[in-house]
Amino acid sequence: MREKILISGNEAIAEGAIRAGCDFYAGYPITPQNELTAYMAENMPRANRVFVQAESELAAISMVMGAAASGRRAMTSSSGPGISLKQEGISYLAGARLPCLIVNIMRGGPGLGNIAPAQSDYFQATKGGGHGDYHCIVLAPSSVQEAYNLVFLGFDLADKYRTPAIILGDGMLGQMMEPITITSSASGKKQVKKPWALTGCKGKAPNIVKSFYMQEGDLEKFNKVLQKQYAQITQKEQRFEGMHLEDSEIILVAYGSTARIARSAVQSLRKKGKKAGLLRPISLWPFPVGIFEDLLKKKKKKLRFFVTEMSYGQMVEDVRLAVNGRARIDFYGRAGGGIPTEEEILERI
Amino acid sequence: MEKIFTRPESLRDVDTHYCAGCGHGIVHRLICELIDELGIREKTIAVCPVGCAVVAYDYWNFDCCEAAHGRALAVATGIKRTQPNRFVFTYQGDGDLAAIGTAETIHAANRGENLSVAFINNAIYGMTGGQMAPTSLLKQKTTTTPLGRNPALEGYPLKICELLAVLPAVRSLERVALDSVGGVIKTKKALKEAFINQLENKGFSLVEILSPCPVCWKKTPQGAWQWVGSEMTKTFPLGKFK
Repeated sequence: MREKILISGNEAIAEGAIRAGCDFYAGYPITPQNELTAYMAENMPRANRVFVQAESELAAISMVMGAAASGRRAMTSSSGPGISLKQEGISYLAGARLPCLIVNIMRGGPGLGNIAPAQSDYFQATKGGGHGDYHCIVLAPSSVQEAYNLVFLGFDLADKYRTPAIILGDGMLGQMMEPITITSSASGKKQVKKPWALTGCKGKAPNIVKSFYMQEGDLEKFNKVLQKQYAQITQKEQRFEGMHLEDSEIILVAYGSTARIARSAVQSLRKKGKKAGLLRPISLWPFPVGIFEDLLKKKKKKLRFFVTEMSYGQMVEDVRLAVNGRARIDFYGRAGGGIPTEEEILERI
Repeated sequence: MEKIFTRPESLRDVDTHYCAGCGHGIVHRLICELIDELGIREKTIAVCPVGCAVVAYDYWNFDCCEAAHGRALAVATGIKRTQPNRFVFTYQGDGDLAAIGTAETIHAANRGENLSVAFINNAIYGMTGGQMAPTSLLKQKTTTTPLGRNPALEGYPLKICELLAVLPAVRSLERVALDSVGGVIKTKKALKEAFINQLENKGFSLVEILSPCPVCWKKTPQGAWQWVGSEMTKTFPLGKFK
């Protein structure tokens, strides 16, 4: 079945989640993601799934932990200040190796900040966020269609690797409406067995879901299991979109909504005969370091990167690590409600 | 010869880490006896606390889930809502349930989640070495109230049963005490009612168990049991609140 509809980013993520077989959603109101929660409140019960409005983000993520421990597809969504509160639970989910999907429709920070779009939660999403040595898989859509599609991938990867996955969008993407093609369930939900789930111990030894390792050496051993898993994810799950990468002398690097602006800048530069291209990371963790390696191997004399973000320089640090001094990197960012414009980008290039 | 007393199948044959005279081992056993008697071991999922009973899953022979400190009832909500035909209970201490998890407690109760709660009130943080709990008595000396709990600075002991009694969705609330053999028998009876309420889909039930902590109270096991009966019950009157 293929159906074309006009829908906001927030609602597209919700619709995608229901079609991807999300069994349980818990959320707490926060702008600019409220349409997602409202869509789930209306449509999850219709699909015989569970919707709970939690008393806090702390409770919402812990409810997700309970549903995930039950072997169900579980999800929550929020924005910056609420995601900060969820870090406690996300660390526990990572430590208990429970899959789930967390949506962050980023707004301006720090603190209460404002409700304008921003990309200032990149560090929090990609570098762990909570306590302990862990990572979440982080996927960054730049269109409403992609937001819808990445929900399926997010759930599938979370299940495959037994880890929380994050959809990192921003207020612009959440609020804007675009036509999208709805596809019926293409998810890998049914293929995943969860023998570790807590469903009662009938005919088997009891299961324990925990992140606590008090015996000497046990926690170190467990951390090595996690690190091995992260190495595998880093190797296999890098995703990006490239535009004119083959012959480019200047490559703009941007993700999410900002990548749309960067794309316009690239088109303008091309019209003027400049060899410009776009590298848009889709997986922010793992960061697509492989493509940087490929580009630098075929390096032309003039190759340089220009990173633009709705932050004062977060993803650019991963670009610097990937490039490791082998090419020039320039940066332009705005945050706190400011959005880099095409003109501003072109001026700085 | 007929065997009339044995270890419940739900209780693993291992040593626990609990101190002499502690109430946890007794409540663990009562829960396991009830789960066996009700024949629900294979459909039970427990949510364990952070605190002295953090490794209850090492002692219980059924499915168990960890929760962050204070979040047991939120985790239990996620389990029970997705598996309404399983038996789900939380086991929580006073710091867990009545300080860091107060919001989760009140809201799970207010939603009338069909869950059973064993609430161990020993008026102190045991695992971390004897700090003031929300339920510490007035004048009670702890490592963080070295001069005794002063209501002008630290407030009054928090009475969870009395607080929850006003919520319409709560099905049953009872406070019992591990101060005597009779108290142990009453505790089992109260837990049984809370468990059966859930099995009959009657909603949220909580049993508050006044429980001895001889080490952090700096008392002998016998002295601690006496203190539960003679002092704690003055602040926390026993009985059925709902």
